[in-house]
Amino acid sequence: MTLSSKTENSSQGRPYTVVGARHGKPDALDAMAGLAKYTDDIALPRMLFARILRSPHAHARIVSIDTSAAEAMEGVHAVVVGEEMPTRYGVIPWTPDEQALATDKVRYVGDAVAAVAAISEDVAIAACKRIVVQYEVLEALTSPEAALANPQNKIHEANKHGNITKQVQLAFGDVDAQLAVADLVIEGHYQYHGSTHAALEPHCCVAHVDGRGLLTVWSATQVPHYLHRELAKVLEVPTHKIRVIQPQVGGAFGGKSEPFDLEFVAAKLAMKTGRPVKCLYTREEVFLAHRGRHPFDMHYTTGFTKDGKILAVDAKSVLDGGAYSSFGLVTTYYSGQLLGSPYTFASYRFDSTRVYTNKPACGPKRGHGSVQPRFAIEVQLDKAARALKLDPIDLRRRNFIGENTTTINEFHIGSNGFLECLELVEKASDWKARYGKLGRGRGLGVAGSTYISGTNYCIYPTDLPQSGVQICLDRSGRVRIFAGTSDIGQGSSTMLAVVAAEELGVHLDDVRVIAADSDLCPVDLGSYSSRVTLMAGNACLSAARDLASKVRQAVAKKWGCEKRDVILADRRAQRLDDPDVFIDITDAFILAEVEFGTMGSTGSYQTPREDVHGEYRGGTIGASPAYSFTAHIAEVSVDEETGDVRVENIWCAHDCGRALSPVLVEGQIEGSVYMGFGETVMEHHHVMASGLRTDGARRDTGPGKDGLLAHSSLLDYRMPTTLDTPNLYAGIVEKPDPRGPFGAKEAGEGPLHSVVPAICNAIFDAIGVRIDSLPVAPEKILAGLRAQRSGGQSC
Amino acid sequence: MPDTASPSPVAVAPVLITLQLNGEPTSVAVPPHWTLLELLRYGLGLTGTKQGCDKGDCGTCTVRIDGEPQLACLTLALEVRDRHVETVEGLGVGGEPHPLQEAFARVGAAQCGFCTPGMLMSASAYVDNLTLQDDPVVRREDIAAALAGNLCRCTGYTKILQAVEEVAQVVLDRQREIEESTAEEP
Repeated sequence: MTLSSKTENSSQGRPYTVVGARHGKPDALDAMAGLAKYTDDIALPRMLFARILRSPHAHARIVSIDTSAAEAMEGVHAVVVGEEMPTRYGVIPWTPDEQALATDKVRYVGDAVAAVAAISEDVAIAACKRIVVQYEVLEALTSPEAALANPQNKIHEANKHGNITKQVQLAFGDVDAQLAVADLVIEGHYQYHGSTHAALEPHCCVAHVDGRGLLTVWSATQVPHYLHRELAKVLEVPTHKIRVIQPQVGGAFGGKSEPFDLEFVAAKLAMKTGRPVKCLYTREEVFLAHRGRHPFDMHYTTGFTKDGKILAVDAKSVLDGGAYSSFGLVTTYYSGQLLGSPYTFASYRFDSTRVYTNKPACGPKRGHGSVQPRFAIEVQLDKAARALKLDPIDLRRRNFIGENTTTINEFHIGSNGFLECLELVEKASDWKARYGKLGRGRGLGVAGSTYISGTNYCIYPTDLPQSGVQICLDRSGRVRIFAGTSDIGQGSSTMLAVVAAEELGVHLDDVRVIAADSDLCPVDLGSYSSRVTLMAGNACLSAARDLASKVRQAVAKKWGCEKRDVILADRRAQRLDDPDVFIDITDAFILAEVEFGTMGSTGSYQTPREDVHGEYRGGTIGASPAYSFTAHIAEVSVDEETGDVRVENIWCAHDCGRALSPVLVEGQIEGSVYMGFGETVMEHHHVMASGLRTDGARRDTGPGKDGLLAHSSLLDYRMPTTLDTPNLYAGIVEKPDPRGPFGAKEAGEGPLHSVVPAICNAIFDAIGVRIDSLPVAPEKILAGLRAQRSGGQSC
Repeated sequence: MPDTASPSPVAVAPVLITLQLNGEPTSVAVPPHWTLLELLRYGLGLTGTKQGCDKGDCGTCTVRIDGEPQLACLTLALEVRDRHVETVEGLGVGGEPHPLQEAFARVGAAQCGFCTPGMLMSASAYVDNLTLQDDPVVRREDIAAALAGNLCRCTGYTKILQAVEEVAQVVLDRQREIEESTAEEP
């Protein structure tokens, strides 16, 4: 099902030929045949294998490290410890609090301490066991309450404010005054648990130094450019002596969007040994590397008029950050900044505090920082709709912010298909006939959301383009694209091919994309914040239009007509007014090369510099060139005997601006909905925590378990299988945004957000029990039912 | 204390085994503690079979041993001596993709592609075992059950199930045609 806009390629005055067609990925059969080369598929002559020794303690001072027994082992070529690359780094340049290998302290169970390169993994593992580390164990702070209650026990000594890594307080309008006049005030306490990406490909890195001293690093990363910069900094090697290549990546979802210990370790060991070195994480190490969804503790107060208009939102959140900052500065802003649409608020304020704890670091997972607050606000809206006896879809429509407008926190909204999204899921789910009428035990729930299509500002301050693309045409009628973009499975290389094929009149198969190789490609900042289609797509469009213009000009000269009379489509250059007059595209490219010389062009994208952000400290974070919109309806059935919740169907409609590749957009929607479903009802990145409770009592996990992962396998971390996953309906809404290439916005993250509250709202519709603390679990359902029987919950 | 008691794993004498690999007789020397996954990826360079967890949870290393889908990471290499092993590299015939590979590519059933080889091996076992006599109807829940051991983190399984369903339908339709054409003969 698609709600579509008019389809015409405005630059050539003809219908689209490639954009919007139902194509797969041009290179899909490589994956099918096992030919796609992932990092772990790389085998170089004389390659060594590295393993990393990790801390068994959640919080401890390193007294000494003795590597002599390991170094003496046959088959061991080198051992590396933190003193050899002590420079602190972090993906956010303002918070460099990580080291490749710890020098002074370990801060979570799994923190890297030393590494070995040996002739086989087996030898490297055996050698790690011979490294002797003496620790002075410190009190572990494994919950935000404990970390806040013990500011003198600093997890990072250099941190200014105890264990607080970031606090953001922003206010827009007079919240207290609006709450005072509100007809209805809803107060809610919400807890969002941690979850992780669990990409099926474990992190992997291969490094090699060639005869000229060039260090090449192949890594399963989604940010080769940031990796390049941090490698240079930590290894103290200039960037021009480093080449970063991202091979095929087996899923990332935000879990590979910053440098990790294995990249520094493999590179350093390759430099020390003069041989290629591979380091592959075990599945347990992937869970320890984490950078997943932050646990949030949220208090929300929302004021409404009696006809359901939102007067005030007051949000207070504590974020459990884990041992390092990661993207946490941004997460803390996103926890409030991305709530300003699709609804209009008369007033809004938020106060978010991110806290260090002795656990694997949290970071950006698909829908970074904004899935948790979206859960809270959308359940608040559902509670208000109940209290005001309004249809919850209707309540959302009444608060619609509109398009070509500005949010209360001063972000510019361009196109906005939220109402169409609501309409699509309302019809598809037969909401009007079924909501509230399914009988006890079955229910429907709705929720809506928004997300960014990239961020207006780079992670580090620069005026350089956010994305660059280079295109060459060759004499066989083919198009070669060089782009720094990271295809992590989402299809960014296909996106570039679609954009170029559309403009240059070739088929997808005629386009070859060479991506993510710092020696060959111009810089793109990476696959994060849903930025690639809009930013790299625009850069590609610019380069392709430049070439198309020259090709049309050369053909027009030959035909003695105007350039505008020549269109490129379907492997031909043809007369716009007479399709019987045409030449093969190969001949057109040759004409152009005769006229202009070798055919190449570059395109770059920089965010618009006008009206790009709010005029206040932090007003740049959350500002995006364009915003996507999403609505979800979930249908659940609840077994009141067992507390088991079965999610039967999820309908999702997503406004992606323009679906350049509808098959791939559907895939992003389905994958997002699946991932949101998984973290709502099944998944939990659970670290066992004792620590102090607010009442001063100890919550004991048992001896030796504090800070340990409760799951270190894909069996214990329960991600949905084919048998668990509900029926997913992906609806595309197209509201082209003038800032996107052909109007395209994002599709990769937005469709995750509101599935979470939609499921919780459906549970309430089914049994009248609110699940305000995730994940949904049978014991919580049963407790809610018990409270209901004793007259507890009402809305 | 450093662990100096364990024997060094440097020199482990390999064992020579023979097997049928993707239809070819293959002889290879393999360290006796290696899994089939290690043999395929490190010993034979067949990197189409993936390692996602190395403990039997994710299904990315699924291969077919004597026709049955099995996890290569939980199978010792020595166990496949004289047996038939099929990997994703052996799925297509004569340069043509297997119908499952074609369907997966066409409907967009692979995003990152990491689960795809294992998924294809489980799916091919399911499709190969379809018979009109056992069950004349293609059911989503049967396909879901056949693929339940293969995790995918990208697709929500929707397009994977769709691709397998399409191929399964073709297989049963063809069987039906053959049955009808033989029934028509006197």
